[in-house]
Amino acid sequence: MRSIKMKMVSDRLTTNVIGRVVPTMVNGNEAIPFKGVGKHRPSGKRFSPPISSCADFPSDGNKLLPSLKESLLQAGLKDGMVISTHHHFRNGDIIAVQIFDIAAELGIKNLVWFPSASFECHSPLIKYLEDGTIHHIEGSMNGQLGRFTSQGKMKGVGVLRSHGGRYQAIQDGEIVIDIAVIAAPTADSFGNANGVNGSTACGSLGFALGDSQYANKVIVVTDNLVPFPCLPWQIQGNYVDFVVQVDKIGIPEKIVSGTTEITKSPDRLFLAELTAKFCEQVGIIRDGFSFQAGAGGTSLSIGIYFAEMLKAKGMKARFARGGSNKYLVNMLNEELVEYILDGQTFDLDGVKSMRENPRHVSTSPFTSYNYHGKGNFASLLDVVILGATEVDINFNANVVTHSDGVLLHGIGGWQNCLFAKCTILPIPLFRDRIPVIRDEVTTICGPGELIDVIVTERGIAINPLRTDLIELVKDSGLPIKTIHELKHEAEKICGTPAQVIFEDEIVAVVKWVDGTIIDSIRKVKF
Amino acid sequence: MDKRIVYAGNNGEKDRSDCRVALEITASGGIQIELVSKVKSLYGDTIIRISKEVLKFFLIEHAKLIIEDKGALDFVICARLEAAIKQVVKTDKEFLPTMLNENLYTTAFDRPRFSRLYLPGNTPSLMINSGIHKSNGIILDLEDAVAEEKKNEARCLVRNALRSLDFLGSERMVRINQLPMGLEDLYFIVPHNVNLILVPKCEHASQIHQVNESIEKMKRAQPDDRIWLMPIIESALGVMNAFEIAKSATNVVAIAIGLEDYTADIGVHRTAEGKESLFARMQLVNVCKAAGIQAIDSVFSDVGDLEGLKRNVEASKALGFDGMGCIHPRQVKIINDNFLPSHEEIEKAKIIVTAFMEAKRNGLGVVSIGTKMVDAPVVKRAQRVIDLAVSNGVLDAKWSNN
Repeated sequence: MRSIKMKMVSDRLTTNVIGRVVPTMVNGNEAIPFKGVGKHRPSGKRFSPPISSCADFPSDGNKLLPSLKESLLQAGLKDGMVISTHHHFRNGDIIAVQIFDIAAELGIKNLVWFPSASFECHSPLIKYLEDGTIHHIEGSMNGQLGRFTSQGKMKGVGVLRSHGGRYQAIQDGEIVIDIAVIAAPTADSFGNANGVNGSTACGSLGFALGDSQYANKVIVVTDNLVPFPCLPWQIQGNYVDFVVQVDKIGIPEKIVSGTTEITKSPDRLFLAELTAKFCEQVGIIRDGFSFQAGAGGTSLSIGIYFAEMLKAKGMKARFARGGSNKYLVNMLNEELVEYILDGQTFDLDGVKSMRENPRHVSTSPFTSYNYHGKGNFASLLDVVILGATEVDINFNANVVTHSDGVLLHGIGGWQNCLFAKCTILPIPLFRDRIPVIRDEVTTICGPGELIDVIVTERGIAINPLRTDLIELVKDSGLPIKTIHELKHEAEKICGTPAQVIFEDEIVAVVKWVDGTIIDSIRKVKF
Repeated sequence: MDKRIVYAGNNGEKDRSDCRVALEITASGGIQIELVSKVKSLYGDTIIRISKEVLKFFLIEHAKLIIEDKGALDFVICARLEAAIKQVVKTDKEFLPTMLNENLYTTAFDRPRFSRLYLPGNTPSLMINSGIHKSNGIILDLEDAVAEEKKNEARCLVRNALRSLDFLGSERMVRINQLPMGLEDLYFIVPHNVNLILVPKCEHASQIHQVNESIEKMKRAQPDDRIWLMPIIESALGVMNAFEIAKSATNVVAIAIGLEDYTADIGVHRTAEGKESLFARMQLVNVCKAAGIQAIDSVFSDVGDLEGLKRNVEASKALGFDGMGCIHPRQVKIINDNFLPSHEEIEKAKIIVTAFMEAKRNGLGVVSIGTKMVDAPVVKRAQRVIDLAVSNGVLDAKWSNN
């Protein structure tokens, strides 16, 4: 229950190890400032949800309730609860908004929405943030929701977490989910569910796994009810309290959001090609390597160049971490990559492949990115290619705010991927006059020590910590420059940007993968 | 001075790195500027300052100015504002952004012109990064790519781009409008170190003479520079007069053919295999070789079909063309790679040229490889391949010492 509005006051602020002023209390709870990569060691036990008894559930296994409203009532919906949803429908989600329509109708206040990510389709929730139905969001605040947050209009402080950080927060009991609502493209009345079958198939349901395991009450909502057993059971019925059948849970075509299409921009394609050439030069492209290409047109396009290089060399990658899409699926089908380990499915080709191809495996943040687990899958990857809104001369990078300070994106799996053996950010040197390389990023989402290479259309900067990579590109003919040179070049074209002035009020905090606070986001002066 | 509101620039949904200005000159009240910009917090002050500077330069003391900006660079803002001002103020003054030192290079008569990237002259977003794609030339197009009512603002923009944008070594080209309008375009480009001017719809040597006479009257960025001309032949009459055009002036370095207009002129459809234009293309190649200049093929218009482009380039090279136009940066690499001598061609040429040099050293009049005699034209062709390879960096200039 979090309902206390905390205005940040100066004695509750501290400077963390990376030099950012962050609060020590967030929404009434104590928060730990970032201590450095790998420095914070958790203690204690994992969070445990209450023990259930079979005696409380129908012996015929039928947990069906007639409506979403009825299930929320039976789950005990009341003021101040934490309600979680997943984002596998990306911009095609319709359930999250319905939940808060119902809550508002019942006059319930101060809820915390805990989505695994938000999209433009969630903009209607602004009215519930305004009328007090929702107190604040922990997850991501994209687009309109981000702008709303940046304007200081949200009652509580927003909390941004990575996909892995979300699982960590649930598992560590940093956040306690009162009710998890899992929209499932196929389910049985016992609550077993998957995302690969049905007319609204979205692929994996991995982001909802932690919610099902740790939430106090779990509701599965489906528009494709099948007789027991629903297989595969990505979500297992033994975690589920109630099942609801509705007409429609999402719009599958909108799973494909703007960030999941290959870019047609010649400048971005140029970046993708240059990045692929860099990978080839430093020996990343070899038989049995592994890679992740994030969402975002440039990152996705790099897969195409990787495929060409592998084909030409007669090699194949051992596995690719998805975000899967048709391009990655093509690589799988052409045996240029042996496995796709998929956390979320970006298009319908990905959904089909996950359904039909046993080498296209559904994963969750637990199997891949949870920093408080026994090992970190992300660190096995040879290379990850990610986006960023800004980087600075210390290689710190920002993915959540723009240079004008406005919060517009979530972290996604971005922070988690930084642990790969080589992290590359291909980014344009400037976007419509906005220089991407700054003296200091507006918001630090990832510390520079984990970011190895910045590829721009006018040159490649390698983190001075990576002397090995610097050595490997010597005399390669690649356009290697220092990050300072790149910054200078951008400012020569765009002019030197003014310093953005913020209000004092902290409107959101950015968590690092271990639950500590790496940075805070301040109210923007409009 | 009239009282209406005048506009320049673009602020459509898809426009980026551009702005639209709305200007109303008023009788009193000083300068009032309203700025709507996505970069306001970073560059708002800069934009206001430069706008005031431009207004002051044109002696405007009272005006209402609305700038709707999508991340336009200063040179774009200045061009838009100047274009608006000139709709209401009669003046010959020009607000010139600083000329970059990087832009003062000149180009050689016979430099490679495999690829020339066409860019619409009124679309700044496509210009800003155009140099990174490494086309041999970049054409800022004032002709077909600019709507009639936008010609004046495009001229200001192209002029400012020639001064402020680094083309990263590409030959700096402008396609002017058909004469006589094209002669007015020259005022906006000749003093700003344009390297080469494309003269469209060329049918007579006299048109080239007109262009050169106009150029002569103008002050250049560097007075002793040559400005090269590339006439474009786009009609049956042009094809017939090609030789006269090729020989019309010593600064004509190449002739290009525009097949869309040519096929329309002879009343046929343009096909992929291009049978209908074979005569025109061969005439052009022959004329250019006779005149010692480059023959440039028409553009390949299906941007998505890179395989088709490759076949087209191979066919074009086989006919004797030295280059072709590009309408999308994706085409550049394919055109460059395929006009360049291939590895096999270079290796073969090296053997022939080596044999020739050895024969010369030994005072022999006859060049032979093994038992095979090599004719002089074969040596000449091989030398051409070597020269092309060296000048494009695919062969070390000191290759014969190794």
